[in-house]
Amino acid sequence: MVESTSMSESLCAETIIISGNEGDEIEVYLARPTEEGSRGGVVVIHHMPGYDRTTKEIVRRFAELGYDAICPNLYWRQAPGAAPDDAAATARAQGGVPDEQLIGDVAGAAAYVRSLPASNGKVGVIGYCSGGRQSVLAACNVDLNAAVDCYGAFVVGTPPEGFPLKVTNIVDQLPNLRVPLLGLFGKEDSHPSPEQVAELDEILTSLDKPHEFHSYDDAGHAFFAVDRPAYRVAAANDGWEKIAAFFATHLGG
Amino acid sequence: MCTYATVQTTLEGSAKGPQSSWFHVTDGTIYFDHPVHAMAEHTLNIDFANPAKGPSARVAVELTAASARELIAAIQAALDSAPAELKV
Repeated sequence: MVESTSMSESLCAETIIISGNEGDEIEVYLARPTEEGSRGGVVVIHHMPGYDRTTKEIVRRFAELGYDAICPNLYWRQAPGAAPDDAAATARAQGGVPDEQLIGDVAGAAAYVRSLPASNGKVGVIGYCSGGRQSVLAACNVDLNAAVDCYGAFVVGTPPEGFPLKVTNIVDQLPNLRVPLLGLFGKEDSHPSPEQVAELDEILTSLDKPHEFHSYDDAGHAFFAVDRPAYRVAAANDGWEKIAAFFATHLGG
Repeated sequence: MCTYATVQTTLEGSAKGPQSSWFHVTDGTIYFDHPVHAMAEHTLNIDFANPAKGPSARVAVELTAASARELIAAIQAALDSAPAELKV
């Protein structure tokens, strides 16, 4: 007899075009369990270096965890069909991804996974590095059910003057946070620093926003990145367990 | 962290790029941020590019901060060593 489990051994992964911000056609990577059933969705926001292989591995891992997972290519407009690193370079040279566009693309991705036959209507968002800030931004502006911020800088704090990408903190948007937030950080990170993580924790507590933060010893920025020197296996393994439990609580049923 | 910091400049020259073909370089993008390939958390990255030819018309280098400083000094030394009348 086969033991019942939420883990999915059989997956379907594909690249498709959906409607993003303002109806723009954008490329997304979609991975989902092949079996029928009722399940939540996860929108993965890729890091600044792009819509790359390791990000797609993360998308497939969420499918393995039992979710319909989707990652919009945030650089599709600037560099359709380009290699991920070339697309990231092009997007950077053109000033990066505007916040409004990001919000619209996450909304489009969330709507798409909700339209899938197995959707239970619940969708979470997760982002890494620059995507961590964008995950919180989306959670303040899009109809979602849970959000995860993996070491996003400039949720609080002030970017140095003269930043060409004009990124700003999003403290003013935190009163609009609509969903529980899981935050995963490295104590050796300087952006966000432990002080900035504590500041965000205090702000969310004062706003009575449900949140759960974990900060890891012996980990800095990008500790989930398996192809970078910053990878920290203990923090990453525990972080994945925290993410799985968090999404099971808020996206299940 | 993602520094987001980006400095851009126009350039005039050539670079050898994808498929070993040379192309005309018109733009440089310089930034200190996460590399794609180098084994360091942050590097000084330079894209020699020709945006008119598309995203792949790009030669990318990712240097540690120390290497980047050495490169600056080496470029300066090479320029200084050449006769002034050649540097137009």
